[in-house]
Amino acid sequence: MQHGKYRFIAGFLALPVILYAVFVISPFVQAIYYSFTDWTGLSSDFKMVGFKNYNWLLHDDLFWKAVGHNVVLLLVVPLVTLGLGLFFAFMLNVGGRGRKNSAISGVRGSSLYKVIYFFPQVLSIAIVALLFQFTYNPRNGAINAFLGGIGLESFQQQWLADPKLALWCLMAVMVWSNVGFYVVLFSAGMSSIPKDFYEAALLDGANRIKTFFKITLPLLWDTVQTGWIYMGIIALDAFAVVQIMTVGPGGPADSTQVMGYYVYTKTFHDGQAGRATTIGVAMLIVTLIFAVIVTRLGRRERLEY
Amino acid sequence: MGSTSDVGRRDLIKRSAALGLISVPAMSALSACASGGDDEAKKVDKGKKSAKNPLAVNESAALDVVIFDGGFGQQYAKDAEAEYAAAFPKTKGKVKHAATQKIQTVLQPRFNGGTPPDLVDNSGAEQMDMGTLVGKNQLTDLTPLLDAPSLDDPSKTVRETLRPGVVEMGQFDGKPVWILYYAYTVYGVWYSKSNLAKLDVEYPETWDDMLKVCEAAKKKGIAGWTYPGKFPYYLPFSLYPFIAKIGGRDVLDSIDNLEPNAWKHPAVKAAFEAYYELYKKGYILKGTPGLSHIESQTAWNQGKALFIPNGSWVENEAKKTTPKDFQMAVAAPSSLDKSDKLPFGTLWASGGEPFIVPKAAKNPQGGMELLRIMLGEKSTKNFVKQVSSLSSLNGGTEGLSLPSGLASAQEALTKAGKNVVNPRLQDWYVTLQKQQIGVGALGEMMAGRMTPAETIKKCQKFADETAKDDAVKKYKHV
Repeated sequence: MQHGKYRFIAGFLALPVILYAVFVISPFVQAIYYSFTDWTGLSSDFKMVGFKNYNWLLHDDLFWKAVGHNVVLLLVVPLVTLGLGLFFAFMLNVGGRGRKNSAISGVRGSSLYKVIYFFPQVLSIAIVALLFQFTYNPRNGAINAFLGGIGLESFQQQWLADPKLALWCLMAVMVWSNVGFYVVLFSAGMSSIPKDFYEAALLDGANRIKTFFKITLPLLWDTVQTGWIYMGIIALDAFAVVQIMTVGPGGPADSTQVMGYYVYTKTFHDGQAGRATTIGVAMLIVTLIFAVIVTRLGRRERLEY
Repeated sequence: MGSTSDVGRRDLIKRSAALGLISVPAMSALSACASGGDDEAKKVDKGKKSAKNPLAVNESAALDVVIFDGGFGQQYAKDAEAEYAAAFPKTKGKVKHAATQKIQTVLQPRFNGGTPPDLVDNSGAEQMDMGTLVGKNQLTDLTPLLDAPSLDDPSKTVRETLRPGVVEMGQFDGKPVWILYYAYTVYGVWYSKSNLAKLDVEYPETWDDMLKVCEAAKKKGIAGWTYPGKFPYYLPFSLYPFIAKIGGRDVLDSIDNLEPNAWKHPAVKAAFEAYYELYKKGYILKGTPGLSHIESQTAWNQGKALFIPNGSWVENEAKKTTPKDFQMAVAAPSSLDKSDKLPFGTLWASGGEPFIVPKAAKNPQGGMELLRIMLGEKSTKNFVKQVSSLSSLNGGTEGLSLPSGLASAQEALTKAGKNVVNPRLQDWYVTLQKQQIGVGALGEMMAGRMTPAETIKKCQKFADETAKDDAVKKYKHV
């Protein structure tokens, strides 16, 4: 049966490879190509300018500011989102104690919580951003109204209009809208961990915290790692929240400028598509570095069960 | 089982990856021509030139129009298109109308692909950069339109019927006219006559009076000023003419020309300090830095603040929230002191709603003809009535009862006489004006996070960066 094996495989592979090349690889190549031109995006005539755009990029303060914000997003948003996701999922699945039939169960009302947590996930990010834009409104937004209502006027803030707070406001929204998905994802992961492990741990007298770190987290590691990469990519983007919610947009004093949005302004406001693609290439590089670091750091022995 | 198990999944993946790598160079060869659209798209044949058809429009060709659906809506354009279809009955059903708020996202791909519409209202927050469009030779010269006889009076050319300054605004370095501004916008300090009357005050003509009025308002729990804090580039609408008034026209011209140290002129400092005082004395509506243009206009309509820097589109845009007895009005910036170079009344007024005919348009004559119809008296009156704004046609308001904001705009314009300024930063260097000076400097100052001195430094730095950037085409006042 070895005869014609490669032809057989190639036959199956040809179509997906062609599709992949046309829709995935070719845009990448195009972007890299355009990053060496002075293309405006408004007309189809342009010329090669060598590394001029890259030179500009290295000396552009705003770009570095955007990179800085993306790095903050990259560190904070996945950490908080996955941390909360793990905590909630653990509570929903094995956090409960002392109920009749089973040794291992979630806290009371866990099925209801699951629905509540997942709810933000069914809203489009555009709606979420719009909702929070109203919530953060310094004059009649819910947060300031609440603070005023309980007599904490001195804690009222300009929120999105304050360069010190704007980025944190965005991060809160990103965490809020993503945590539910990871609760569900981790719940699914946890439910595939054999119950005997927990029962054994319980018999040995382990408490919840110990159970979590010694059993749940190690067995869930692959899922967490995948989640980290996904969250990282979301954090590297952050375009929609910046575009919809922030002052400017891009934040007061560029306090919420991120690479993704900078690409957009360069293309659609300044008519400098060549520079925009250069930023795009920079984003590609940052994303690749991030993915490599995460997969390296996360390499562990896989447990079979 | 099949034979794939011998190869192993890992090998399979490796090989397909190799295949992908080989295809990359091939794709790059393809992509090199992907954006190379054909600029000389097929144009329709010209029609027969006649007294009724001076631009030689092809009487049966399709017409493709894209309108910015903003403060003025799109109905006025639809009505003019109906006129066009009536003038050229064979085009019935072939006039394609589209309206959007996202001009650039919708049109950029069409420009790039060489199939732009025949007439575009290039306006709004997402307008395409005019400097780039002109610099890259993407627009049709509108001189034939300006030299054509006007719709109502064949003895006058279209050029002769326009308000002063409109033609010049459409020019960049030289003769051709690339843009026709259809609306005529009066910028300034907008207020409600009835709200001022409630405080028993008049519009303050000096800055001292301005502070007094604000103080009186503050005592009643009303703010003096508000502005769209999310888009602080509204502040210049009253701030720039204020600067010109204090230090003369040249100050604004040198700012437009990106001259070194232009922002360091004492007039700029004086104006910034005056505005900063509004913040320091607590005359700005609380929360203003976080408000959008609609939100700030609404607060102003509700009487929570007395003054707002704005343009004459506000009357139409804020129609739904404006109380009946509001008596909207616009005024020129107050005088700072007696040493001001220009008299009270100095005002920023200029063309708004820039219409362009793309170079690669299929039916450029049709686009121009529609503009000619829009600049006729019938369409102009329709525009004035519908959106309470003046059009670029000088006149066209006779016999109409104007709403209060528009009436006051016209009054202010008459009062200003020759002292109308027209800062060009806003159409020459959009990013510099909006994002950098607007959001990055003025917005920060008015939120109290930067002093006037720091703000001036920042503005100068931004202007110098733009001056140095060879990716931005430069223009100069002549």
